[in-house]
Amino acid sequence: MSTKHSRAARLFLAQKEDSQWHNQSLWYVREKRDSFAMGLPEWEELRRLSSEIKRHTITHLDKYVEQFAQQAEANGVIVHWAKDAQEHNNIVYDILKQHQAKKLVKSKSMLTEECHLNDYLISKGIDVVETDLGERILQLMKIPPAHIVMPAIHLKRQQVGKLFEEKLHTEKGNSDPTYLAHAARLHLRNEFMTADAGMTGANFGVAATGDVVVCTNEGNADMSTSLPKLHIVSMGIEKIIPNYDSLSVFVRLLARSATGQPSTTYTSHFRKARPGGEMHIVLVDNGRSDIIGNEGHWETLKCLRCGACMNTCPVYRRSGGYSYTYFIPGPIGINLGMLRSPKEYSDNVSACSLCCSCDNVCPAKVNLSEQIYRWRQDLDSLHKANQMKKFISNRLTYIYNHPKLYRMCLKFAPIINHLPRFMVYNGLNAWGEGRELPTFAKHSFGSMWKKGKVK
Amino acid sequence: MKIGLFVPCYVDAVFPEVGVATYKLLKHLVGEVDYPLNQTCCGQPMANAGFEQKAVPLAERFEEMFKGCDYVVAPSASCAAFVKLNYPRLLEGKHFCQSSDKIMDVCEFLHDILKVKQLPGKFPHKVSLHNSCHGVRELQLSSASELNIPSYSKIKDLLSLVEGITVLEPKNVDECCGFGGMFSVEEPDVSVRMGTDKLNNHIATGAEYITGPDSSCLMHMQGIAKRLHKPIKFIHVVQILAAGL
Repeated sequence: MSTKHSRAARLFLAQKEDSQWHNQSLWYVREKRDSFAMGLPEWEELRRLSSEIKRHTITHLDKYVEQFAQQAEANGVIVHWAKDAQEHNNIVYDILKQHQAKKLVKSKSMLTEECHLNDYLISKGIDVVETDLGERILQLMKIPPAHIVMPAIHLKRQQVGKLFEEKLHTEKGNSDPTYLAHAARLHLRNEFMTADAGMTGANFGVAATGDVVVCTNEGNADMSTSLPKLHIVSMGIEKIIPNYDSLSVFVRLLARSATGQPSTTYTSHFRKARPGGEMHIVLVDNGRSDIIGNEGHWETLKCLRCGACMNTCPVYRRSGGYSYTYFIPGPIGINLGMLRSPKEYSDNVSACSLCCSCDNVCPAKVNLSEQIYRWRQDLDSLHKANQMKKFISNRLTYIYNHPKLYRMCLKFAPIINHLPRFMVYNGLNAWGEGRELPTFAKHSFGSMWKKGKVK
Repeated sequence: MKIGLFVPCYVDAVFPEVGVATYKLLKHLVGEVDYPLNQTCCGQPMANAGFEQKAVPLAERFEEMFKGCDYVVAPSASCAAFVKLNYPRLLEGKHFCQSSDKIMDVCEFLHDILKVKQLPGKFPHKVSLHNSCHGVRELQLSSASELNIPSYSKIKDLLSLVEGITVLEPKNVDECCGFGGMFSVEEPDVSVRMGTDKLNNHIATGAEYITGPDSSCLMHMQGIAKRLHKPIKFIHVVQILAAGL
């Protein structure tokens, strides 16, 4: 009884110290989140409002997407529509080609990960440079993000020091964070200055004004848009919110939930191109409009991509981002993966003890655990149910449906207590891998009751 | 007030003393308690594993067995939460679900309905309280650590009525112990690590006992404690509340 997730988790946990460190690092972020959430008396009210604004926007998305595009166009922004990842990538490449752009600097965007944009552009000869420090580290290492907000959270500074020695020619053995950050800054400064185009994602798109709002801590989105004259925004349609009143709710929640900060260092609002420049917005559907109509799972569209559900998830913290087969890990990733392709990503559905902590930290009140529970119900019809689990469930059901048989089983269950160890603790008993079995009572409650011994 | 007692399958089989303590406590506090012998399981193990339809006949039987009761009380927050939250959906289109409004975890029942203000027993020990996930986040037995709401704990309120007890709580106060039904065998490595971390946090309080409203979590941590030869003891909250009866 195992899944790709559980097998990857086993390998992750085999590195005992590293996995403990990973767990503690993320728990520290959860604690920081708590201290800022508890600092606002209106926190729960903000979550409620955020959830309702998202619900409203998503259920009126046709209207708001149109309004957003009209406003952006009125501001002189060129708006593109991409129905899927391929269209998105083609549009971006075409814009770059028209401008004879050879080098693209990017701030962090999970949507471009979703679309595999970098690989596509690189295959077309574009030099793509990630400028978020974590993303840049991963790009130099040629590995994907392990977390949506802190993509390189699983790496230690020594690993980064080694990487920089090789790629950026830093001092041997120096892994001082300030030194490394400075080296990265110098390196990236050159990339910004020589780039032909800058790309950002979007945390929010304000329908009333056509503004794109991008939240970063490093200012790299601003550098990416302030030096090159061409700015391309890649944005999922679910990022649209009605107006600045609603934005005021979300910006108060986002950084507090994500990293335990009152706000990100930079909250940048892009309305139009700089003089002499050009601004493009690529609005991407890629399955989102189908999700609106999905009764059991539409709430995933409320997600702000803050990553709080990952930081609190006891399974994510102890299995790491790469143990999930979808590029977004943790509770939201389990659900988004299933929406992307249930057959391909069903292995992640096991990665949940249904503790419901994610539901409580989510700043948009996405019903994450309920959705995971629902996906489990679908696995059998997708032919993805674990056969052992199905067998056990069938046997248990049979016993539970026949109270007399059930009573008899309880009567004989204590035999297990006396079986030789090798019969009980072997490869077939996953419980026994790290736990002793419970001891069955000689007399069950029911049998004592029947005999009048419960007084 | 007619009380039905629901003793979940694993409590029945592994921890009958928890059922006995619940019965004694209820009998002491309200008198008559009914225990229908046809009861087995609420259906949660199959449902969480992805086969909730298998819980439908169990839900129907549950409804039938306890139809004459005003309340159905169970010494298991997780099972009570399952009935409360899922039976209405499982019975949709069949008949109106009564159990959802009647089912209560025993701590919830003592605290909210009987509003118990005194208990006869003594328990002069240090206990570390295990705030189990479904008790906290589905039945709201205590304020969840993630929420910015006034802090409370119905279980601590009840335990404080027992003479001599010292109630402690672990760090990461309501983090999951990693049981999760079939999660424990489908994801054994993560589950055991979660349980070990939780166990260590409980032990670090200096308590002699780990106590909680769910024998399932206790059973999980107990399995790990036994394997690791940790001397800490386990006891269900209701056994402490019923001390001296």
